[in-house]
Amino acid sequence: MNEPPAIAARGLTRTFGKTVALSGLDLGIRRGELYGLVGPDGAGKTTTMRILSGVMLPTSGDALVAAHSVVNEPERVKEKIGYMSQRFGLYEDLTVIENIHFYADLFEVPAKKRPPRIERLLGFSNLTPFKDRLAGNLSGGMKQKLGLACALIHTPEVLLLDEPTNGVDPVSRRDFWKILYDLLREKITIFLSTAYLDEAERCTRIGLIHAGRILLEDQPALLRRSLDMKMLEIRPDNIRRAAQVLEGVEGIAALSVYGDRIHVGLRKPDSFDAVSGALESHGIRIESIREIVPSLEDVFISRVGHE
Amino acid sequence: MFERIHQMIVKEFAQVFRDKRMVLMILAAPVIQLLMFGYVVTTDVTNVRTALYDLDKSQSSRELARSLVASGYFEIVSTPESPEEIRYLLDKGEVSCAIQINRNFEKDMLKGLPSPIQIIADGTDSNTAMITVSYAARIAARFGLDTSKVALINHERLPGVDARTRIWYNPDLKSRNYNLPGVIASIVMIVGLMLTSMAVVRERETGTIEQLMVTPIRPFELILGKTIPFAAIGYFDMMLVTVTGVFWFDVPIKGFLPLLFLCTGIYLLSVLGIGLFISTISRTQQQAMMAAMFFYMPALLLSGFVFPIDNMPPVFQYITYINPLRYFLVIIRGIFLKGIGFSLLWPQMAALLALGITIIALSTARFRKRLE
Repeated sequence: MNEPPAIAARGLTRTFGKTVALSGLDLGIRRGELYGLVGPDGAGKTTTMRILSGVMLPTSGDALVAAHSVVNEPERVKEKIGYMSQRFGLYEDLTVIENIHFYADLFEVPAKKRPPRIERLLGFSNLTPFKDRLAGNLSGGMKQKLGLACALIHTPEVLLLDEPTNGVDPVSRRDFWKILYDLLREKITIFLSTAYLDEAERCTRIGLIHAGRILLEDQPALLRRSLDMKMLEIRPDNIRRAAQVLEGVEGIAALSVYGDRIHVGLRKPDSFDAVSGALESHGIRIESIREIVPSLEDVFISRVGHE
Repeated sequence: MFERIHQMIVKEFAQVFRDKRMVLMILAAPVIQLLMFGYVVTTDVTNVRTALYDLDKSQSSRELARSLVASGYFEIVSTPESPEEIRYLLDKGEVSCAIQINRNFEKDMLKGLPSPIQIIADGTDSNTAMITVSYAARIAARFGLDTSKVALINHERLPGVDARTRIWYNPDLKSRNYNLPGVIASIVMIVGLMLTSMAVVRERETGTIEQLMVTPIRPFELILGKTIPFAAIGYFDMMLVTVTGVFWFDVPIKGFLPLLFLCTGIYLLSVLGIGLFISTISRTQQQAMMAAMFFYMPALLLSGFVFPIDNMPPVFQYITYINPLRYFLVIIRGIFLKGIGFSLLWPQMAALLALGITIIALSTARFRKRLE
């Protein structure tokens, strides 16, 4: 089967004055994927989302979304996608059902198809009991579900979600992900951005974005294994001194502090002793040391460190 | 297409009417403004507090004083005994006009000699002072004429010019009649400007514009959806103020009402166009509000609403040509007070239409469905 990709971006570049938000970003997303664009704030996630949804022009490069160019036929793209901006983009002074009807009309959803579709969207988002409530009076999680319902009113092929769970409580986040998996089963392509690495783990494929470029791209599990280093978790008695000492040790590729632990990435397996030796020679006691499976965070930090 | 525009309009109305401050702005503000103009802002000069310094104390001088009072323009509140007292009364602000009748006033007059009287007015309020002086002079001249007519009956004819004035359109010279049409024009402008500019900028500020941009809505659908509700509200306010003015203040409408409606529509084109333009240059509602005021104040001053355009320096007179309020004032005053129609008003209507289309085209061209 040779289906065209859901999203194919080639050399997307966008500058704001002197600031470079995206520098030659390439993307290839297959239909039915749940792709996560992962990166810190300011990496270019929102700019990517806006360009792919056709509301922002790239300075150079182009992207085909649902087989239409975002530069030349943005309006065709808009018919095929559902987009949720990072900020809640619906009208807080309209009710839930009014917001849905509003978007149904803007997308010219035929009157006949409307009632069952709205019922379904309200149902899966558990918004039916709140349909006459003003959107401004919804909780953060419910607002996001309403946003999703409005983005799905015209049954788009591709769903673009810009940090959809930002500022949403953990329970609502789980609900939200359940909905996304349901959608995936209906063969909708989902492209979302997130700064949470635990969420990235739930995607079928992720791309690590940094400084406007994709650094790494793979399935989360493969990505973790791809790290060609050994990760150690050390618990020293003096975390700050230990970090200072370890920075000077040769063979350490990555170092990050998590509370009372230090994660250390070793380029050579044999430098294990060098680590413990260096700490002990500085009078730092090691309470525990063990090898761990690298997390996405470790992968990300080690890669960003190289840049 | 119509579905989209229709839904936009429904949405805008819902948003406006759910915002209590907005409703207040649409309903109360115009009426309050009208009442203020009706009661407070009157440039009519009546009951001027006057000091009469009568040195003649004759029958004629008393008659002159009586005719001053009888005119209704003057109220004699003080009869000073010396020039110093006059100065004191004017300094203190007790009186704003002083009239001095010299000794031998009656004697001179009966002899046919010029018999001057002195009129002193407080010039700090130049407008009132000028009107006061001209009223007093007119009454004095009339008094002189009447007296000499009596003399003429007994003597030979004297040549002279008898100027008879008649005021047309607003015979009582009620400033309220003159102000009300201007108030309507200015209210329609401020309401239209504010609502339109805020409506678009609010979407930008709250982030809803981004969500709107990813829908297939076309820019002209968006603009129509944004302007039609405010045009309707503009019309509503115009009617509200007109009805209040006509029934509460007895302001007459001499002209053809449907023409007034048509012209209001043409006027709204430019007003809403400017509102849209403001929304394309503002990022926050506060900026939009400032920009609207920044436009509104000079537009009011350079319209002929308060100060006649003919008295302005030429540079400012040229600027008034791009001010929609200037044209609409001529139209609305013409219809209200003079009862004139299309045959005389078409130049203003044409200018207003051209201005409106230009501004709308300019704002639409600046309106983008892309984020910067």
